[in-house]
Amino acid sequence: MEFVTQHAVLVVSLVKIVILLFLTLTTLAYLTWFERKVVAHIQSRWGPYYVGAHGLLQPLADGVKFLFKEDVTPPGADKFLYVLAPFLALSLALTTIALIPFGPATITILGQPTQLIVANVNIGLMFLFAITSIGVYGVALAGWSSNSKYPLLGGLRSSAQMISYEVALTLSVVGVVLLAGTLNFNEMVGDQAGYYRYLPFIPRWHIFPQCIGFLCYFTSAIAETNRVPFDLPEAETELVAGFHTEYSSFKFAMFFMAEYANMLTVSFLATILFLGGWLSPFPESWTFLQYLPAVTLLGLGLYLGYDAAVVARGIARIQLIVITFGALVLGALCLLPAVMAVLQGPFWFLLKVACLIFFYVWTRGTLPRFRYDQLMSLGWKLLLPVSLANLVGTALWIVFPLLVKHG
Amino acid sequence: MSLPFILFFVFALISVGGAILLIVAREPIHSALALILVMMSLAGLYLMLGAEFIAAVQIIVYAGAIMVLFVFVIMLLNAGTEERTDWSKIAKYAGLPLGILLLLELAHWMAHSLIGQTPANGVGSANVMVSTQDLSMQLFQKYLFPFEATSILILIAILGALVLAKRDE
Repeated sequence: MEFVTQHAVLVVSLVKIVILLFLTLTTLAYLTWFERKVVAHIQSRWGPYYVGAHGLLQPLADGVKFLFKEDVTPPGADKFLYVLAPFLALSLALTTIALIPFGPATITILGQPTQLIVANVNIGLMFLFAITSIGVYGVALAGWSSNSKYPLLGGLRSSAQMISYEVALTLSVVGVVLLAGTLNFNEMVGDQAGYYRYLPFIPRWHIFPQCIGFLCYFTSAIAETNRVPFDLPEAETELVAGFHTEYSSFKFAMFFMAEYANMLTVSFLATILFLGGWLSPFPESWTFLQYLPAVTLLGLGLYLGYDAAVVARGIARIQLIVITFGALVLGALCLLPAVMAVLQGPFWFLLKVACLIFFYVWTRGTLPRFRYDQLMSLGWKLLLPVSLANLVGTALWIVFPLLVKHG
Repeated sequence: MSLPFILFFVFALISVGGAILLIVAREPIHSALALILVMMSLAGLYLMLGAEFIAAVQIIVYAGAIMVLFVFVIMLLNAGTEERTDWSKIAKYAGLPLGILLLLELAHWMAHSLIGQTPANGVGSANVMVSTQDLSMQLFQKYLFPFEATSILILIAILGALVLAKRDE
């Protein structure tokens, strides 16, 4: 007990890490479900349907399947690097999430003031870029250590692609850093509070002055996370499965999870930098909006309850009744004033992130893959100059009033 | 033994071990990875000196950008394992003693100058973090000329690379 009181910061951080890790891993599993469902509906299919109601147990079944598959190491592979690569990819992808603030800096949980962030680093943005820039090695090493031609080509492609797009990605957010005047995520979100003086219905989110930066950022982010239409490192028509061709069992699952974790991180970052983080887009005087998390959960519960009563049959009906009950209880919990106050920030934050993730999946369901030379010319000849021009423009915009004032 | 003290030795051991591994490893890609390890532990040491911006830049620029290019080139050329030759005579009879001498000299110098003293922003002192703002103030006011001169030097290197790459057209 003495240890706990002495190292309170350590213990609180550990608790936060455990909760965040649990939530993130669950979210990662259900992102696969979400993506399969959305893409299926775009293509007029049903998607996962048979394992659990609405295919909700599919991620669980997939996880069990991955665990029990044979773990093959190709002959001639560099054993150490072959095992290291997926660990590197996943652990780095998960580490970045520790830097993300999910809610306001001052929040009270159980009477204790805390922050909804694991590591509030002064230069959070720089650290996030530092960690993601190491993330290339997971893919590159996987490609090299497999001792096989398709992974090698995939690894080469992905390192070239990630180097190219990292430049545009980093340059496109410098405009936001100039506007906010800080590298700390909490202060960046704080900078976006309030409304424009002459347009009092538009929140001061950075996406409005930095719309070009946002477009550049999100395009390069999709390329950086190796997603369609930029998924050339794993283009199945050319490279079988690219860098993870030789991986099987849980190592393959780790690459899969790393890709989704990177998607999450990129969307988190977009939300913090451009979309006002945990801030609500509506004025504070609309106090009825604080019931929104509860109403969302209760509405979901009622919909699923209707589904259970009218549509579903057999085991799916029992599962749906359980989920309905859970959603209703959680919704009722959200009506408690203490819980409601804590949930405001995360609710808006996660809502924005969910929209971005949906956009990601939507792109995947809609766009065909780029050719490799098109990818490179888009990165170097369009995104890089445009984000550079955006940076110079923003700098002039900030400096010009100062020059006028001081001569 | 305070925590920074232990951490210093951890990072120092990792960086020295990585440097040795870099030379000893036979696969070029293992050498490159060992160099990344050295860069990362150096970043850790910078962090302990309170220079968090430099630490992040160290990782982004060296470990994240330059070493990715190294690994990329090694993968592209599909470089095989190194072939070892016998030590060269000069390295054996002149290099080794001189190296040991240099090490002893360094140890002697450090033992007599730094023990018991704390650097202004150092390991032993209070937890001072140099903010990015302070750093940029120094860089763009006091050290503006060296900064710009370095930038022009790097620009010349970039142009040189372009000229070399474009030569055969």
